[in-house]
Amino acid sequence: MEYGFTTAAYVVAAILFILSLGGLSGQESAKRAVWYGMAGMALAVSATLFGPGAGLWFLSLILIAGGGVIGYQLATKVQMTQMPELVAAMHSLVGLAAVLVGFIAHFEIVRVAALIAEFSALGGFPPEAFVWPAAGMVFENPRAAELATQLRNLGSFASLIAQKTVVEINILRVELFLGIFIGAITFTGSVIAYGKLAGKVNTAAAKLPGGHMLNAGAAAVSVLCLIWYFNTGGFFPLFLMTLAALFIGYHLIMGIGGADMPVVVSMLNSYSGWAAAAIGFSLGNDLLIVVGALVGSSGAILSYIMCKAMNRSFVSVILGGFGGPQGEQMAVEGEQIAIDSDGVATALNEADSIIIIPGYGMAVAQAQSAVAELTRKLRAKGKNVRFAIHPVAGRLPGHMNVLLAEAKVPYDIVMEMDEINDDFPSTDVAIVIGSNDIVNPAAQDDPNSPIAGMPVLECWKAKQVFVSKRGQGTGYSGIENPLFYKENTRMFYGDAKKSLDELLPKID
Amino acid sequence: MKIGTPKEIFAGEDRVAMTPASAKDLQKLGYDCVIETGAGVAAGFTDQSYKEAGVEVVKTAAALYKAADIIAKVRPPEDVEVKRLREGQTLISFFYPAQNKDLMEAANAKGATVIAMDMVPRISRAQKMDALSSMANIAGYRAVIEAGNNFGRFFTGQITAAGKVPPAKVLVVGAGVAGLAAIGTATSLGAITYAFDVRPEVAEQVESMGAQFVFLDFEEEQQDGAKTGGYASVSSPEFAAAQLAKFREIAPDMDIVITTALIPGRDAPELWTPDMVASMKPGSVIIDLAAERGGNCKLTVKDERIVTDNGVIIIGYTDYPSRMAAQASTLYATNIRHMMTDLTPGKDGVPVHNMEDDVIRGATATHAGAITFPPPPPKINAIAQVAKKNQPKELTADEKRAKETADFKTQTRNQVTLLVVGAVLLLGVGLVAPASFMQHFIVFVLAVFVGFQVIWGVAHSLHTPLMAVTNAISSIIILGALTQIGSGSWLVVFLAALAVFMTGINIFGGFLVTRRMLAMFQKS
Repeated sequence: MEYGFTTAAYVVAAILFILSLGGLSGQESAKRAVWYGMAGMALAVSATLFGPGAGLWFLSLILIAGGGVIGYQLATKVQMTQMPELVAAMHSLVGLAAVLVGFIAHFEIVRVAALIAEFSALGGFPPEAFVWPAAGMVFENPRAAELATQLRNLGSFASLIAQKTVVEINILRVELFLGIFIGAITFTGSVIAYGKLAGKVNTAAAKLPGGHMLNAGAAAVSVLCLIWYFNTGGFFPLFLMTLAALFIGYHLIMGIGGADMPVVVSMLNSYSGWAAAAIGFSLGNDLLIVVGALVGSSGAILSYIMCKAMNRSFVSVILGGFGGPQGEQMAVEGEQIAIDSDGVATALNEADSIIIIPGYGMAVAQAQSAVAELTRKLRAKGKNVRFAIHPVAGRLPGHMNVLLAEAKVPYDIVMEMDEINDDFPSTDVAIVIGSNDIVNPAAQDDPNSPIAGMPVLECWKAKQVFVSKRGQGTGYSGIENPLFYKENTRMFYGDAKKSLDELLPKID
Repeated sequence: MKIGTPKEIFAGEDRVAMTPASAKDLQKLGYDCVIETGAGVAAGFTDQSYKEAGVEVVKTAAALYKAADIIAKVRPPEDVEVKRLREGQTLISFFYPAQNKDLMEAANAKGATVIAMDMVPRISRAQKMDALSSMANIAGYRAVIEAGNNFGRFFTGQITAAGKVPPAKVLVVGAGVAGLAAIGTATSLGAITYAFDVRPEVAEQVESMGAQFVFLDFEEEQQDGAKTGGYASVSSPEFAAAQLAKFREIAPDMDIVITTALIPGRDAPELWTPDMVASMKPGSVIIDLAAERGGNCKLTVKDERIVTDNGVIIIGYTDYPSRMAAQASTLYATNIRHMMTDLTPGKDGVPVHNMEDDVIRGATATHAGAITFPPPPPKINAIAQVAKKNQPKELTADEKRAKETADFKTQTRNQVTLLVVGAVLLLGVGLVAPASFMQHFIVFVLAVFVGFQVIWGVAHSLHTPLMAVTNAISSIIILGALTQIGSGSWLVVFLAALAVFMTGINIFGGFLVTRRMLAMFQKS
């Protein structure tokens, strides 16, 4: 097959990918969109496999199939509550692949350069004056003939390099350097994010002594390596930079607390895209560039949306932790009043409109199906039950929506913050299940609160608020929540799933 | 100690300050109870029922005043009653010390302690003994019932075989406790209810009771209700004028008007002028709950029902609570009982007059031979101060247009700036970079642009699937590995194979998990 055909396939694939992302604007069109994505990927892979320049296609097929089996296992076995971990883990694979492909590109450049240098030396002309050995040329020197054959049979990528000028090779080096750099950060960053989300690494923000200076130092080393590599093209600076980037990825994500994970995951998503785009530049592959740019900008927008929902700047999230309280926080007056399941059941039986606010605690307790069951029972009695989802609820953008969908809660009663916030005053009962900061009135009332100015769900305006919570602790960010002390708030202590299971039979 | 309740001697007063139920509770606090014979008859409580509750019944008022250490009654004492007080005796009743200076001095001269139920400060803790609120609640309810009694039509609209009946339109002026009670009653009877108050912050309460708040087209800094203990304060002449204009506009439509506007320590403001009355339909009813203090309508005659020339009925009764004596007595007796609970921390029948306590201090008019009225302001504000809300102003059409134009301009400016900066940067890159790079670069920039355009449209609820699918398609990097796997040394083959394998996991895992998630989203 010809180059032209591959390129045409790439164009179709790129369009399919764009449609696939665009289709996610609605639940129904999304179901179609994912098929577009698959078709695009299949087209791109097969066009490359059977197109010019690819070798060992049989081995490739086996490898893809092998990976596919593992991927299938992962995708079907994973619990919906573990989705954040899975996404983070898969990002690390993309990051690592980008690093590997970058290294290969480097080896190829070195190999081709060596071939050309030897060939030119035999012919007695400088490498800059290298001319491609035409097919019919005959060489007296057996070594020269051998080299010419090797040069003629170079793979698509290597032959591309061989035809490049010195300036182009230099740009190529910068591109693959960038690709490896971003890829390495994505790799370790995603591994750490996975560890934190899966509870295998301590979720609290932790920094090595030296803090951001270490990151800055590693970044400086990388810049030096770039200049070094640009001038010499040696392997060592590339390797050194990779180590530095791996360290940056590790240290950067270690320094970010668990509550900021939605931003981190979407940021890593963005990075994996930019890495792919950088590699695309070095390989001269437009499809890689297009898709990398799509993924990169998608992740960047998601990060922006998440940051906006927390009223924080992207930089302060990335640099880790809250900015620290700017003054004395308001003291909370009053006491938390507990209530048992009978009390909650009575209030729910009497209520007409109910809003449920799920948070990470619901995911931890695996309580989504109990919540859905409660919803079904209440809706069967003709009550207006809705869900209010804060943009940063959970550990992944849209995490709560997926969990509720898994438990078969219809998506048209699941509302965004802006859609539902004005409805709280006319609501009889608001139930907070395992969320804390996103319902903290201090964000509006207390200018000294670390979360001051963050948009929150104004559930305290409902006539009655029940908070399902494990204990009296302050929760993830360690910020005291005045909601728990309000006069219309009752604390429903206990594991969310157990509490709800206890509550369910009492709803009649 | 003994708590005694005499029969009210004020003409037409049917309430009583102690009920059999409250007597039982008082006994639990360690007090003995005594009552004058026939004190509860008008409210429906017989002497027998008191006896059954363990209350001693005495024949005369004089005997009662002699027997009891604490006198609980409803109305302020008459001169003859004050004469019966003795040193060390405590009187609990409505007293209005500000208006009844002479009475207060007389009681003080006798050496009695006077606790004025009308002076209980309006703080959350004291709500249980806020007798003014419980009485106002009754007055508001009764006002609607009284109006209904005099109004010749249904409250609720009906369409019957015999014709259509429009619903009655009720206007409640002043959304205090009585006003809110009236709103609730009128709404539940089916009337279309409107309400007005000079404190715009009560609009929310009004709407929660099911009435429409009548807003004025007027901007004024009304004093924060929290500072005045939740009562209204005097409004400016301009505001008053705007208010009257509004009333004049809606008066012809109203079937029933209930005015409850009072400002503490002043005559009732005139809100419903004779010309408004003249513009109302015949058969309409005005209930003036402020009649005691001159009335919100100047035509009101205190304690009388009058009919104007154009057939509007104006009712100026002042004894609504007494008209529902059983209910009013029950509530008032409970208020008294709560007051005694606060006065008796030891539950041993011995009152402790703690003048450090905000509530007791506030209600006490005379104590230990000294006049203690007026009390200092309570330490706690009645209502938490509401931070001044900058309510988004209703923009006029012109302002809206101006704002839109301004927004459009800034948007255009931002976009043009971005475009110019972007273009300059691109040109800069183009100057130095070789053509082969620029070809790819254009593709890159366009793809970023398309990405930004497309991703903004993604629904919030689909962000997780978005991440999973972008993750899957970022495995496109497999193309790089595939083009390299065939060329070069074993090291290249090995690395490329590894990359292909990993991205293989990613492609399948990412797409399948996305599909799984999307399949779960269901419409109800």
